[in-house]
This record gives sequence, C-alpha cells and structure tokens, in this order.
Amino acid sequence: MADFPKLVTARWDVEGAHTIDTYLAHGGYESLRKALAMSPGDVIEEVKASGLRGRGGAGFPTGVKWSFIPRDTGKPIYLACNADEGEPGTFKDRELMERDPHQLVEGIAITAYAVGSHQAFIYMRGEFLESARRVERAIAEAYDRGFLGRGIAGSGFDLDVVMHHGAGSYECGEETALLESLEGKRGQPRLRPPFPAVAGLYGAPTVINNVETLCTVPHVMRLGAEEYARIGTEKSTGTKIFSVSGKVERPGNYEVPMGTPARVVIEVLAGGVRGGKGLKAWVPGGSSTPFLTADHLDTPLDFESIAEHGSLLGTGAIVVLDETDCVVDAALRWTQFYAHESCGKCTPCREGTWWMTKVLHRMENGGGRLADIDLMLDVGDNILFKSLCALGDGAVSPIDSSIKHFRDEYAQHVKQGGCPLKKDHALQAATPRTGAAASAIRISEVLP
Amino acid sequence: MTIFGGELRAQADELIARYPRPRSALLPLLYLVQSAEGHVTQDGMREIGELLRLSTAEVQAVATFYTMYKREPTGKWLVSVCTNVSCALVGAREVFQRAEAEAGGKVTVEEVECLGACDAAPVVQVNYCNYDRLGPDDVAYLIGKLRAGEVPPPARGPKPVPHDETARILAGLGDERG
Repeated sequence: MADFPKLVTARWDVEGAHTIDTYLAHGGYESLRKALAMSPGDVIEEVKASGLRGRGGAGFPTGVKWSFIPRDTGKPIYLACNADEGEPGTFKDRELMERDPHQLVEGIAITAYAVGSHQAFIYMRGEFLESARRVERAIAEAYDRGFLGRGIAGSGFDLDVVMHHGAGSYECGEETALLESLEGKRGQPRLRPPFPAVAGLYGAPTVINNVETLCTVPHVMRLGAEEYARIGTEKSTGTKIFSVSGKVERPGNYEVPMGTPARVVIEVLAGGVRGGKGLKAWVPGGSSTPFLTADHLDTPLDFESIAEHGSLLGTGAIVVLDETDCVVDAALRWTQFYAHESCGKCTPCREGTWWMTKVLHRMENGGGRLADIDLMLDVGDNILFKSLCALGDGAVSPIDSSIKHFRDEYAQHVKQGGCPLKKDHALQAATPRTGAAASAIRISEVLP
Repeated sequence: MTIFGGELRAQADELIARYPRPRSALLPLLYLVQSAEGHVTQDGMREIGELLRLSTAEVQAVATFYTMYKREPTGKWLVSVCTNVSCALVGAREVFQRAEAEAGGKVTVEEVECLGACDAAPVVQVNYCNYDRLGPDDVAYLIGKLRAGEVPPPARGPKPVPHDETARILAGLGDERG
C-alpha cells in the first residue's frame, strides 16, 4: 500500500487520541500557543500563504475568507464550525470528530483568535451522537485545562464554544441555512450579498468553516505556510481526506496529498472494485459532483484537474459503481434525496427535483420515452444556477453527467421497457421521499 | 405552563441563556419537549412560543421543517435505516424492508438519508447510535433484541438510551452515558 505523510488523520491509530492527555503528549495545542504569540493579522497571512482551501465542498481559500471579516463594526464577531456533514458518501468529519476531537477544538481556537471572535458555535449534525459526545468532552477538557474560556492558553484572549445540535436537514450544511437554523428558524438559505463575513449570525460578521478545514489549521501553523504548501499541487495545497464507499473492497477514509491520481485511492488504498468486477462510474466529491468513468481514473484528485475533466472535487467523497449497477437507478435515488432535502424556498429546486424523480421513476420502471432524456436535460437547465443555494445545482449533477456518459443506457431503458440490467430497482428508496412538505401539517388539520 | 414547569423550566432557562439571542434556543427547546412528551406536541409548541415570545405558528413552522422532531408518538427505540446510494449498493433496501417487517412494540423503523458512515454500509442507527454493516438477518436480530428489552452494543461508543432520553442529550443538556 502506498505510504503518504498524514496530517489530520495522523493520530487515528493512537490509542486514546481523543483524550486531552494523549493529545498533549502528541504535540497538541502547541500550534495554538504558536498562533497566540503572533498577531491575528499574521495568522491570517500565514493561512493565506499556505493556500489552504475550504474542505466542505466549495474550495474557497480559507485565509481569504477570514480576511473579509470587518473588525470595526462594533458588533461581535462569530465563528461557526460546520459539522453538519450530510453530503451523500461523505464521512470524513464524523471520523475526525470521533477520533481526534481536540484537533478540531484547537483549530477553532486558532481560527477564532485570527478573526477576533470570542464566541464560537459548533453546528453538529443531529444524527452524529457519538461525534457530539466526543467533541463535548473535548470542549469540557479544554475549558478545564485553560485552552478555552478566559485567557486561553495563558494569553489575554477569551473564547467560549457552544455546541448546537441540528435536527435532520441536509440543507443546514449550506452556510446561510446553517445560520438561520442557529437563529432558531427553518433551515433555508439567505440571499447573498450580503455575505456572512459582513452580515452573518444575528447580522454580525461571521466566519463559517468546515470541520476538516478547521482540523487542518493547526497543521498549517505547525509546519508553516511554506512547508504546508509544498504538499499537494500548486493551486490545491496540502492533504485531503477522500471518503471511499460503494463497490470497493476496502471502503474508508484515506488522507493523501492533493493531486494523487484517483486510481491510487480507488484501486490501491480502497482495494479496487469489489469482487474483481469492472468499474462503471464514480463521483469524486459526493452526490452533488458529476459522475466520471473508468476513463478518468488517472485524473489527479485536486480542484483544478477534476474540474478540467467535467466534475468537482466537492467533499472528496468517492462513490464507486461497478459494471452491474444501473446509473439510471443511482441517479434516481440521488434525485429522490434532493427532492426530500430541498428546503422548498426556491421554485426551480423544489419543483424541479420533484418532477425529475417522476420522470426518472417512469424511465426506470418501463414507462420512459426517448424524449424524456432531453426533457430531463431541459428541466436540469431550468434548475441550474437559478436558486439561492447550490442544492438544486447538486441535484442536476447526477442526471446530466449520467446522460452525458451513459446516454445509451437511458435509451435502452426506453427500448426494453425498463432496466436492462434487471436490477429490480435495487437503489430506489422504499418509501415515498416527498420533500420538505412531507412533514408539514396536512391541510385537513387546518381546514374543516 | 404545564410542560415547562419546575425542573424543565430551569433547564429551558439554562438553554436560553446559552445563546446571544433567546430564539436560538428554539431547536434545543423542541428537543426538550420531545424528551418530556415523547414527541413534539401541540401544547409543547405553544409553551415554547410563550417562552420565546413567538406565535405557536412560528414554532410549528420550525418544528415541521426538521425530520428529527417527531410529531407522532415514537417507539422507545427508533431504528433508522439509510438507503442512500452507498448503502443501497450493498443491499440497504432489503435491510430496510426486513426492519419494517420486524418493527412493532417499542420499536419504530424509519428510512433515512445518508448518515455519514458509508464505510460501514449498510448503516443502521438505534436512537442515533451506529450499527455497522448490517444485513437483513442482522437487523432482524437487532430489532428482536430491542423488542425483548435488550440493547446490543453499537459499533462505537456507549449503548443507546431510550428515545426520550436521547432528545434530552440533543437538547444540549449533556451526555451522561459511559
């Protein structure tokens, strides 16, 4: 197995790494001390120079994001850690929090110091009960040892951290929906501008960073920007965790330098396709990133290379389909997911995802027409970039890209009156995924 | 107020004080109602409205948005089966169908979206504690044990606690398990 230097997953094999004593014994909170000895502006410059880009999906430069925070508004500055991991196929943040929660706490402390925030929130996905338990204990230990609270690590800087549990909504991983939810509202996105850096939580300047991003910050401080930027590629620096799942022999999280060929991650680290079958399709960064095929396995896994080949690096969640799996079935299941999770605020996303499930369902179940293929592309075109957030854009990805690479398979569904792979709808949801309205109050409860 | 009386009122006040603005405690308070009432009741939503100076409709609008707030009585053990693609590729549909067939008594079964543990597919949770790589027979065994009053250990961490106690943890009042 190829051996790569590890940063954020380096302590995963260390017994008791989640406790503060073990964390301290392995150099824990040294990066925080180093940062506190610098000026906040210098910390931001260091992270900028490292080239670190957000690991939550969008890949925005982290230091640049921090530098947008105005310091003279008279309002408090907030930091929100996005721990609402929900992109299908993604499971890196959960494991980071379960195995090494102090790394996250240290990253939060450094980030809060850099941007001048004395109040941080961790928006923890509701279903992540074990992550929450580990992080909550880490927070308590950090308070106890003076790494949180008044005058952290012997400095003059105060920081409080509050953990907030989500309640089951993919949309709340979107940064403005996350803030709405943290304000006690429905998790629906806001119109931008203004961006959260200017008007975020309670209208105050707010930085929102993903768990993996924050976990990387202590390593940037430890190594220094120059050393960190030597890892990876010129524009995608450092390491990245790839969560590999689906039809592979060894599903799991693998941290590799950015720019590592997909083949190394899928075939070497994850052991290749299960049972020696052929690889049919894969996504590089979760369900919201377009499908690629076996022809793309030599693509380096970095933001630029993946984009050049027509997909997106996203969260680094690689889902693998083998030659016996039906892409129409997979596209339908993910479309059911988007229809279910669409918050309902914007018409193109709410209606488009719902109608797409109808058309795909008809096709998978034998009632499809050839014209449906272009109809779906047309519906997709009416969703893409026409809503307040990227949920609808993500919904278009599996459909558009599967038609692009597997148009014949769609046509065969029409000609043969159903799935040519005879998959018996193996991937479809078993119960109706009826969307944001599903749990709403029935009209009969309101009207006589 | 009948639900937010005594100890629960003190807990509500503690949660409200945790945030810069009271309304931020709305999600935690909905969990608190769920812990006290077993699910999010109409009376609970009205009382939250009184505590936060919101209309019942405003509270209801939020409660109905999130799937983890149950608006109907839910079993002591909520079994959630992921059937998103990574789990479905390795047989989650059969796992869910078997789970549904075995449900009843103190066990409620629901089909859910990606639980963020796809390396352990098919993934099942009992009150949000993970059980890894369960086949149809495994989930039937798990539900059989739960119905018989036994709680098998999850893949990681301490055993799950009943659904109402889980809601208390999710409200932010601390996880006292193990």
